[in-house]
Amino acid sequence: MIEMQDLRKDFTVRVKAGRLRREKRTVSAVDGVSLAIEQGEMVGYIGPNGAGKSTTLKMLTGVLSPSSGDVRVCGLEPVRQRTRLALQIGVVFGQRSQLWWDLPLGESFRLLRHVYRVPRDDHERRLVRCRELLGLDEFLHTPVRQLSLGQRMRGELTAALLHGPRVLFLDEPTIGLDVVSKQAVRSFLAELGRGGDVTLVLTTHDLADIERLCRRLVVIDHGRVVHDGTIDELHARYGSRRRLVVDLDTPLPAGFTLPGATLTGTEADGHRVTFTLDGIAAGAAVAGLVGAAAVRDLSVVEPDIEDVVAKLYTAPR
Amino acid sequence: MSGTDARVLTISPGTRSRTSITTFCALLWSGFRRYATYRQATAAGAFTNIVFGFLRCYVLLAVAAGAPGGRPGGYDPEQLATYVWVGQGLLVVVGIWGWTDLSDRIRSGDVAADLLRPVPPVTAYLAADLGRGLYGMLTRFVPPVVAGLLFFPFKTPDRWQTIPLFAVSVALAVIGSFGCRYLINATAYWLHDARGPLVFWTLASGVLAGLYFPLRLLPDWLAVTLWVGTPLPGLLQTPLDVLVERDGPAIQVGLVALQAVWAVVMVKAAAVVQKRAERKLVVQGG
Amino acid sequence: MAEPDKTAELRNPYLALLGGKLRSMASYRTSFAVELLTNAGGTVIDVATVFVLFQAAARIGEFTLAEALMMTGLTSAGFVLADMTVGNIDDLKRYVRTGTLDAVLVRPLGVLPQLVCMDLPVRKLLRLIVGIGVLVVAVGMNDIDWTPARVLLLVISPLTAAVFFGAIFVISASLAFWWVESGEVGSAFTYGGRDFASYPITVYGGWFRAVFAYTLGFAFVAYQPALAILDRPDPLGLPAWAGYMSPLVAPAAATVAWLVWRAGVRHYRSTGS
Repeated sequence: MIEMQDLRKDFTVRVKAGRLRREKRTVSAVDGVSLAIEQGEMVGYIGPNGAGKSTTLKMLTGVLSPSSGDVRVCGLEPVRQRTRLALQIGVVFGQRSQLWWDLPLGESFRLLRHVYRVPRDDHERRLVRCRELLGLDEFLHTPVRQLSLGQRMRGELTAALLHGPRVLFLDEPTIGLDVVSKQAVRSFLAELGRGGDVTLVLTTHDLADIERLCRRLVVIDHGRVVHDGTIDELHARYGSRRRLVVDLDTPLPAGFTLPGATLTGTEADGHRVTFTLDGIAAGAAVAGLVGAAAVRDLSVVEPDIEDVVAKLYTAPR
Repeated sequence: MSGTDARVLTISPGTRSRTSITTFCALLWSGFRRYATYRQATAAGAFTNIVFGFLRCYVLLAVAAGAPGGRPGGYDPEQLATYVWVGQGLLVVVGIWGWTDLSDRIRSGDVAADLLRPVPPVTAYLAADLGRGLYGMLTRFVPPVVAGLLFFPFKTPDRWQTIPLFAVSVALAVIGSFGCRYLINATAYWLHDARGPLVFWTLASGVLAGLYFPLRLLPDWLAVTLWVGTPLPGLLQTPLDVLVERDGPAIQVGLVALQAVWAVVMVKAAAVVQKRAERKLVVQGG
Repeated sequence: MAEPDKTAELRNPYLALLGGKLRSMASYRTSFAVELLTNAGGTVIDVATVFVLFQAAARIGEFTLAEALMMTGLTSAGFVLADMTVGNIDDLKRYVRTGTLDAVLVRPLGVLPQLVCMDLPVRKLLRLIVGIGVLVVAVGMNDIDWTPARVLLLVISPLTAAVFFGAIFVISASLAFWWVESGEVGSAFTYGGRDFASYPITVYGGWFRAVFAYTLGFAFVAYQPALAILDRPDPLGLPAWAGYMSPLVAPAAATVAWLVWRAGVRHYRSTGS
C-alpha cells in the first residue's frame, strides 16, 4: 500500500556565521528511509521533535517532493499524481484544518462531498457511522470556530474519512486533547483498524496511542529509522524488562540474591523492593522470594515504552 | 503583522493613577523592540513606499507642470517632491494603517489582562506606540526620503525653526493618530468586531490626511473645514506643510498648535471611552 | 465513471467551495455591509483624486480630464474584475505561513483554483459598478469617432486588463513561495500598477516609466488602448496599432504568471514552509 525506497529530503538552511554573514548548510530531514506498509496495517511513526516525522508524512501525501528516492502510495507517485492520490487518502494534519471555520460542522461535510465527488448514499453511510462512533451529533450544527479542540479533531477525522480513503494519515491526532476526546479518538481509530481495509499511519508523541492502536512501531531519529517492529521487539531489543515490586513485612536479609533477577530498588527502609527480571518468569521469581522473606503483597509491572523511547533518543549515536 | 505579540510590559504594582517616567520609558522601549523584530517586513514595506513615492511624485509634478503659474495649491515642484517623499516616509511612523492590537485583544478577551496592570491601558498603549513610531523613524522614514533625494530636487528649509517645529509636529501626529486608532479599535468593545470601522478608517484617513494629494488642492472652504473640524490633516498634512514651509512662520506655529489641540482631544477621548468600556466590562462581564 | 448516474447530482467542486464561502460570509452580515460600501468608496476616492488634480491643472501630461478618465475607467474596470476573481491570492503569504496550503495540497483539486475559491469577494461588487460607471462617463465625455474596431477595443480592453492584472496578482503573490515575509512588496505591483495605469503614462519620467510601462507592460492596460479609441497620436511615439495590439499583452502575462506559479509550487514542495 505504501512503499518508500531510500527516501531522502534535504533542506538548505541559512545559519548565522558571525555578525552578518550567513552560511548555507544542508540538513537531511529524512535521510534514507525505506519502509513497506501493507494494506490494513496500523503503523505508529514516532520520534523526537524534528526527527523527520512530519516531513515523511508530507512526502507521502504529495505536499513535499522528495530530494531523492522512491515513494508510492496506493501505487501512485504522490507529487506527480497528487489529485488522483488525494481521492485515495485521508489526511489529518493537527493544526491544518480541512473544515470551514465559519460554517457549522455538518455543512463542511456536505461541501467535502462535492469536493471529493462522493455519491450521496456512500457519504450518508460513512457519516452515520462517524456520527455514532465519534459522538458528533451534539455539535454537528455548531460553527467550527466555536468547537473545542477535541470536538474539532473528531470533525477533522470524519472529514478525512468521508470519501472512503484506503490510507489514513494522522499527524499528532491526539495532541492537546482532553481525556474524553482522546479516548473517543483512540477507540474510533481502533475500531477503524479492526475492519482491515484502511491502512493507518500516525505520528504521535503520546505513546499510549501506539500501545492502544499500533502493532507496528517505526521509530525515526535524525531522519533515519532506528527501529521497525512490534512493541515487544522494541522491548527485547532495548533491554526493557518486566519488574516485580514486592512489599515485605520484614526487610530482606543482607546479601540476598534472586537468580535471574536483579535488585534495582529498595524503598521504605527495605519494606518495598523492586526486582528487574532478566529472563526469569515472574512465577519462578515469586517462588524464590516467598522462601526467603515474608511477602505481604506483590505486583508485576510491565515495561514502560516511554522509558524505552526516552532511552533511545538519549542514547549516544 | 497579524497575530503578533501585543503584550506590553508588566510593571510591578505601584499607584494606579500615576505612571512614572521610568515606567513610561520602559513601555516605550518595549514597543520599539517589538517592531525591531520584523526586519524583513520593514524592508518589504520600505520598497513599496518607494514605488508609491515615485507614482505620486510624478503625478503631482505633472500637475504642477500643467497648473497656471506652476504652483498647484501654492506648492512649487520642489515643495511637492519633498511633500510626497517625506510623506511616504512618515506614513508608517505616524502609523495610520494596520494597527489592530487593541481590537484583536478585545475580541480574544486578552484585554482583561491589560486591566489588571497598574498602568492605565491608554497610557501603556500610547507609550508602546511612541516606541513603534520611534523605530519607524529610524527605519521606515529614511529609505523613501533617500530615494526621493536621489531622483528629485527637494526643498531645503530656509528658516532654522522649521526643523524643531517639524519634529514637534511629527510627534503630535503620532499621538493624534494613536488617539484616532485607539478610538476606532475601541469600537470592538461594543461591536465585538472592529473590522467595519477599521476599513472605513483606512479609507478616510488616507485621503483626508493628505496622503494622496495635498489638501490645499481642495476648495478653501473644504480644506479649512477639514483642518478645524477633524484631526485628520494633523496626521500627515501639517508636519509636511511645516517642513516644506508652505506658510509663514506665524501660520505654521498656529497649525501645529491646532494639531496639538486635536492630539490632546483624541487621547482624552480615548481615555474616556476606555473608562466607559471598563465599566461595561465590569458590569456585564465582557 | 462506472456509475455516472450516482455522481450526476454532484455540484462542480469549485462552485461548492464558492458556495461554502458565501454561506460563511452570511455569518458576518454587518461587517459585510460596511465592507461593501467602503470598498466602493475606495474606487470613488481614486476617481475623485483624478478630478481634484484636474481641478488644479487643465491638462496633466498633455491630456485633458476626459481623456485621462478613459484610462482611469479602463484601469479600474479591469482591476476590479481581476481583484474580484483572483485578488484573494494575495493571502498566499498567510496560507504558506499557517500551513493552509498543505491542507489545500491534499485535496483532489487544482491548487490555484482552490485558493481563488477560498474567498468570494461579493463585497467588491459595488466597486465594479463604480469602475464600469467611470468608463461609461469617460466614453460620454469624449467625442469618439466610432469604428467597429474601436467598439471592439472598448469592449475587450477591460477584459484583457482584468487578465493582465490577474496575472500580476498571481505573480506578486507567488513571491511568497520564495519569500514568506515579503509583506507588502506585492502590492507595489498590484495596487501600484493600478495607480500607474490610471494616469496617462506621459506623466512619469525616465527609467521608472520604462520599467512599469514597457517592461512590465502596464502601458498596454489602458494608455495605448485609450489612445487608439480616442484616435490620439501617442506623444511617446508608439504607432496607433500599438493600441489595437495591446490585448495581446494579457495572454503573454497570463503565460508568465502560470509559469511563475508552477515554479513557485514546485519550490514550495521542495522546501516546505
